[in-house]
Amino acid sequence: MSDNLLSLKHVSKEYSGNKVLKDINIELKKGEIHALIGENGAGKSTLMNILFGMSVIHTTGGFEGTIEIEGKEADIKSPHDAMNYGIGMVHQEFMLVPGFTIMENIKLNREITKPNLVSPVFGKRLETLDIKKMNMDTRQALDTLDMSIEEYVQVAGLPVGHMQFIEIAREIDKTGLKILVFDEPTAVLAESEAANLLNAMKKLAQKGIGILFISHRLDEIIDVADVVTVLRDGEHVVTKNVEDTNKYEIAQLMVGRSITIDREEGTNKNIVDETILDIKDLHVAMPGERVKGVNLNVKKGEIVGIGGLAGQGKLGIANGIMGIFPAKGEVKFKGKKSALNDPKSAIKSGLAFVSEDRKGVGLLLDESIESNIAFSAMQINNEFLRNSGMIKLKDSKKIRDHANKMIKDLDIRCTSSMQRVGSLSGGNQQKVCVARALTLSPELLLVSEPTRGIDIGAKKLVLDLLKQLNNEGMTIIMTSSELAELRSICDRILIICEGKVEGVLPPDAPDAEFGLMMSGSRHIEGREVNG
Amino acid sequence: MVNVSKKTTGFNDIVKKIGFPTIFIGGFWILLLIAGGALGISINTLLSDTIKRAGMNGILVLAMVPSIQSGTGPNFALPVGIVCGLFATVWAIEFGFTGWAWLFVSIAFSIPLSVVVGYLYGRLLNAVKGSEMTIATYTGFSIVAAMCLAWLMIPFKSRNMGWFIGKGLRETIQLDVIGGDKILSEFLSFTIGGEKGIIIPTGMLLIFFLCCFIVWMYFRSKSGIAISAGGINPKFAKSSGIDIDKGRIKANILSTIMGAIGIIVYSQGYGYTQLYTAPLMMAFPAVAAVLIGGASAQRAKVSHVIIGVIIYQGLFTTALPVANQLFEGTDLSEILRMVIQNGIILYALTQVKGGDN
Repeated sequence: MSDNLLSLKHVSKEYSGNKVLKDINIELKKGEIHALIGENGAGKSTLMNILFGMSVIHTTGGFEGTIEIEGKEADIKSPHDAMNYGIGMVHQEFMLVPGFTIMENIKLNREITKPNLVSPVFGKRLETLDIKKMNMDTRQALDTLDMSIEEYVQVAGLPVGHMQFIEIAREIDKTGLKILVFDEPTAVLAESEAANLLNAMKKLAQKGIGILFISHRLDEIIDVADVVTVLRDGEHVVTKNVEDTNKYEIAQLMVGRSITIDREEGTNKNIVDETILDIKDLHVAMPGERVKGVNLNVKKGEIVGIGGLAGQGKLGIANGIMGIFPAKGEVKFKGKKSALNDPKSAIKSGLAFVSEDRKGVGLLLDESIESNIAFSAMQINNEFLRNSGMIKLKDSKKIRDHANKMIKDLDIRCTSSMQRVGSLSGGNQQKVCVARALTLSPELLLVSEPTRGIDIGAKKLVLDLLKQLNNEGMTIIMTSSELAELRSICDRILIICEGKVEGVLPPDAPDAEFGLMMSGSRHIEGREVNG
Repeated sequence: MVNVSKKTTGFNDIVKKIGFPTIFIGGFWILLLIAGGALGISINTLLSDTIKRAGMNGILVLAMVPSIQSGTGPNFALPVGIVCGLFATVWAIEFGFTGWAWLFVSIAFSIPLSVVVGYLYGRLLNAVKGSEMTIATYTGFSIVAAMCLAWLMIPFKSRNMGWFIGKGLRETIQLDVIGGDKILSEFLSFTIGGEKGIIIPTGMLLIFFLCCFIVWMYFRSKSGIAISAGGINPKFAKSSGIDIDKGRIKANILSTIMGAIGIIVYSQGYGYTQLYTAPLMMAFPAVAAVLIGGASAQRAKVSHVIIGVIIYQGLFTTALPVANQLFEGTDLSEILRMVIQNGIILYALTQVKGGDN
């Protein structure tokens, strides 16, 4: 029993009635590297938030189950408590002060001080810093990680790999560190840096620290972890010794759904052998979703799915085509080269976009349903306007008639077309977004994350709507984090990894194929074969 | 019991809809009116003054709507427009126009001038996104200072405007000499309720409502809707292919024009054209008025202007005689004006990031 450093027992969590974690049991032993793997939304972050006592957990009603540290039940109410219990975390984004030296960063708010003349009067806060001692401590922490860099160097300008190590050094330096959590530590690192990091992890584990390692890179997990736990949709799928499994199995477990995908073939589907959109070497500078050279050829009448894990660049593609984020490359729509970085000309040429950021980009939340629906068509195609002398005024009647038609066609549940969009439910808001896009009478519809944040019933309605539009001849490019959704309506699915197309799969390809592609394992294998 | 609880929610809803500041300050004004009546001050006179001052200030307050709607916040650089209006007025006098001709020439000349100046000011605001309000305030202050030099240095010849000795323009130019005093206010004006009734400055109110109508219409046009959308949600507007920067420039041109026409209407109602540092602080009462009317630093409607200017000006025209009756020999009403004016601006600015949820 006592060799269990950390055990999570029957941990469950729900956010306003929505179960995001169901009965999770994880045991971490001394010196063990325990990998956690799962798609986006599988519950990894929630689990970590619970472990660190983040306020989101406690302000939303706490969680069920218990956390035990070294066999004793721990009550973690704040990140500070977590620190006292010896739990440390290496963040994905670096939390370092660029203008400070390495030592200052490592010792920030844990400075070693010595008394001086005024401190007996004014208290500990005004004691003199013991630079020498702090430098020694820092040196020791850096040496543990085999870092030869001097402790008095400024953090600003260091390579990312070094910054990651400084984060780790800060955690090691904390006295009594028992458990260290790595949250996708290699996501921002180059390959050689990642290899160094993995070595450092192994070394720390040998010193008796328990490591929780969150990653979606299967190869890394196979490489360093002792045990792997797979989470899916908030459920604890399995915990296995890495020796007893392989990455194909893990990939399959990560993606596989217990829910069956109901895919009905479109009866009157007619994909014409005519390219409607041709993308060559598209680069998009969308923060967090960078696209680094994507090629895609879309045939008229098909639904193309774009999938992949968060941050890999799948969302950047549609945003780049629509000119919302700076893009370069070549995009040919209906044989004509379309101007990039110009939303107006993109919309004019017959493209319409339903953004993944419904509340931010997709809607004017304070305005009525009808003004939202009519807005783009009015501004771009000069519809819904009447000329009265010098200026073009909006034609309220025409707008209302059209909005009412859309409300009926798309079954938007509302009191009237005058209702504020912000007061609608997520699914109905999404339909308003689609209605706005359809009002532009586009030939190609780009839809990103159409079911994000809406309940299951509404999800099906939105997907059915897309399928129906497709049957009526609309070409659709759908981007989604939910693989099941893509597989249920798309004709083929592109998987994006690290800003590039990792591969194209038919919707009925086996789970493991999807899983491997999403985690980029194929890519690496391919490289090995080529090299 | 049930009824009572229903009533309270109803009351809360009303407060929410009209806005707490509007109700609070409106209520305070009515209280002062009652107090004034009780102290023997003529309510008719108080109301006449209120309407007159509301009419004088109305268009200046209206200038806030385009700038707020476009997302650049209340136009603290109102003096920029005011200076354009003053410049046009002074030149119209210099060329010897009097009466209606003076009024029309002033307005006609002030508009192209405001378009140019407003364009440049809009460009400036686009260069300093994120700190528009601070920059606007200092732009207003700077232009007033710069124009102080201009009033002194431009060799105007008209005897109606110069100092009696020395060069440069007077601080205050009497408009009765050129037949401009209350030319609009007295146009078609009439009195409600006999000899000592409420005076309605019809001409001035007509031009105020005309300007209101123009702004209201503009924000129902394609261009106006694009500007509003850019103001509420720049990301949304951008994804719909709208040039937000262009919209902000247009809105600030419109705001500058309103400032220019506003000061001309104000001057004729007052009977004097005030130069030099007089425009320095004129933005603040206008900002306060629109905010009291129910606008926020991000959303403003023409109705907010009308309600706000009546309540705000009403409060001060009423507060002065009442306070003087109650506390003789003090300048309490001016202190009150400062507290309310700056208080409401401060209140509105603290609400900026609140948004609606």
